[in-house]
Amino acid sequence: MDLYEHQARELFEEYGILVPRAEVTDSPKEAREIARRLGGRVVVKAQVKTGGRGKAGGVKLAADPAAAELTARQILGMDIKGHTVGKVMLAQPVDIETEFYVGYVLDRAAGRFLAIASAEGGMEIEEVAATRPEAVARVAIDPAEGVTSAKAAHIAQAAGLPPQTVDVLVRLWEVLTREDAVLVEVNPLVRTAQGQILALDGKVTLDDNARFRQSRWGEQDTAHDDPLEEAAAAKGLNYVKLDGEVGIIGNGAGLVMSTLDVVAGCGARPANFLDIGGGASARVMADGLSVVLSDPSVKSVFVNVFGGITACDAVADGIVQALESVRLTKPLVVRLDGNNAVRGRAVLDERAHPLVEQATTMDGAARRAAQLAVAS
Amino acid sequence: MAIFLTKESKVLVQGMTGGEGMKHTRRMLAAGTDVVGGVNPRKAGRTVDFDVPQGLEGLGNAPISVPVFGSVAEGIEATGADVSVVFVPPAFAKAAVMEAADAGIGLAVVITEGIPVHDSVSFHAYAAARGTRVVGPNCPGLITPGQANAGIIPSDITKPGRIGLVSKSGTLTYQLMYELRDIGFSTCVGIGGDPVVGTTHIDCLAAFQDDPDTELVVLIGEIGGDAEERAAAYIRDHVTKPVIGYIAGFTAPEGKTMGHAGAIVSGSSGTAQAKKEALEAAGVRVGGTPTETARLVLARLEERVTSLIVDAR
Repeated sequence: MDLYEHQARELFEEYGILVPRAEVTDSPKEAREIARRLGGRVVVKAQVKTGGRGKAGGVKLAADPAAAELTARQILGMDIKGHTVGKVMLAQPVDIETEFYVGYVLDRAAGRFLAIASAEGGMEIEEVAATRPEAVARVAIDPAEGVTSAKAAHIAQAAGLPPQTVDVLVRLWEVLTREDAVLVEVNPLVRTAQGQILALDGKVTLDDNARFRQSRWGEQDTAHDDPLEEAAAAKGLNYVKLDGEVGIIGNGAGLVMSTLDVVAGCGARPANFLDIGGGASARVMADGLSVVLSDPSVKSVFVNVFGGITACDAVADGIVQALESVRLTKPLVVRLDGNNAVRGRAVLDERAHPLVEQATTMDGAARRAAQLAVAS
Repeated sequence: MAIFLTKESKVLVQGMTGGEGMKHTRRMLAAGTDVVGGVNPRKAGRTVDFDVPQGLEGLGNAPISVPVFGSVAEGIEATGADVSVVFVPPAFAKAAVMEAADAGIGLAVVITEGIPVHDSVSFHAYAAARGTRVVGPNCPGLITPGQANAGIIPSDITKPGRIGLVSKSGTLTYQLMYELRDIGFSTCVGIGGDPVVGTTHIDCLAAFQDDPDTELVVLIGEIGGDAEERAAAYIRDHVTKPVIGYIAGFTAPEGKTMGHAGAIVSGSSGTAQAKKEALEAAGVRVGGTPTETARLVLARLEERVTSLIVDAR
């Protein structure tokens, strides 16, 4: 889960990294009050979980509280790359002398975290890395040792950062490890005209797998961009909303991704990703069907199950029971293969629901589901 | 011969006495795996009886008794175990893998899904420093059909044969095993869908290249990271056996995690298209669907037979 900038800022502050004074709000009137408290002149920043806010007009300087209210009114509700701005952060402007970049990212291939640092902050680090790779230092971190002062000094030196950044690098590592983050970055980290080192903007991505031991973000802001994703998450389903018209339900992340591709190859677009996993009980099937069918753009549904551990007759029973509680409004194409497939198919044949049809191969079922979606 | 796992392998199960551990230990035994013990400090000294399904030669329907040890070290000492399959919950997985590595296990197969990345980064480094190979986490394990099964891959899909398979995905592994069930497999390795895994596509390619029982390798990848691109470079430089590829996730949107923790396109990196192109540039034929992939495998095996006949003439 990505944090908003203001949440990242709070974390940095808590771990002793200097940040500009700032407050967050969803109301233009309150923005005026905040600006007054912060000394009048403020930067108004859209809080969205995507890059390129500046270019999209989501970051603006306001000269006084009245201007802050006006600017907040403009930015709130704005659409930035498909994200609606629900909150703005108002921050005290900072007199920047130099901008740096520091961050820790996961190096998947090496299986290590990597410190990335550059004396050329402020722009996208990918851009710097592409155009001037020598300006970006990359230092692998041994998980058993972590980032000690000595390690941080080595990182700072490799990137040509001033010695005052060493402390920030150590504290940022603490944010990463204690908060179970998979990414932390400060861009820019600045030296002010007064010689202070300040984290001006930051990004933190938390590890969803670590929620069981990180309660802090539990209740607040697990907001999904999409109401269907929200509903699916509430039912514990692994669902991602897409733009097409063929609803997809399958077992196993790889097989479901593959199913989306095969449907796309048949000339229709998948409406969603939904992995019902190994269990595929009647309840999970009913929950899955109800979420997929509540998507108004869905014209047909493709249930693609390969029974490995899962027995296909249990899946078929699940579908039959789900049909008791969910009113099927769109045609359903089912492909069952693998463990107990013959019995599973027989169960569905016996139920003989007029909107349910079966196909014996994945490709054949995808073609049929695509055909049904395009025809309707 | 197969890779990593053979009928000689002696298998311990960490977390055997839990629900998943019990269910899959029974399946592993039914597949002929030499499961020599379970590990659970609170149940040490007991034995667990498994009613193994019928049809296993010589065993009839008598239950198989498996002892429970207090630690991996005790299990190794008593049985000479060299493989451990880990079913313990995410919160305890790091300690379990480190314990296995400390005890000197050769191969730790981590089935557990949902392990925090910081934990897996730690145990991978720890295991590597002690010479323990880790497969997974968040994987179905590996199977050498007809010999042994370490994990949760169904053993009745296919038979022993000459195809090696390495995959990030469990169900796509099963799908391909099923499509090619008449040819059979040397070893199938599910390396797992997490961002960081212990055994990579490259490790498996290297082992299959050296395995005389493997004639062709099926490589299954998916969006996220650059493991497939790295594998492509490795194939170009080091693999002489034919490799057929399949990549899932062409329709996945940017920035969304698709089921597997590691399956995410970030910006322009980790796309299925880039992986497919890298593999094709290395001479790997890549199927558009799992079924087409299976057809490419069959065609390639036939070509080999034909060329062998021509050579013989």
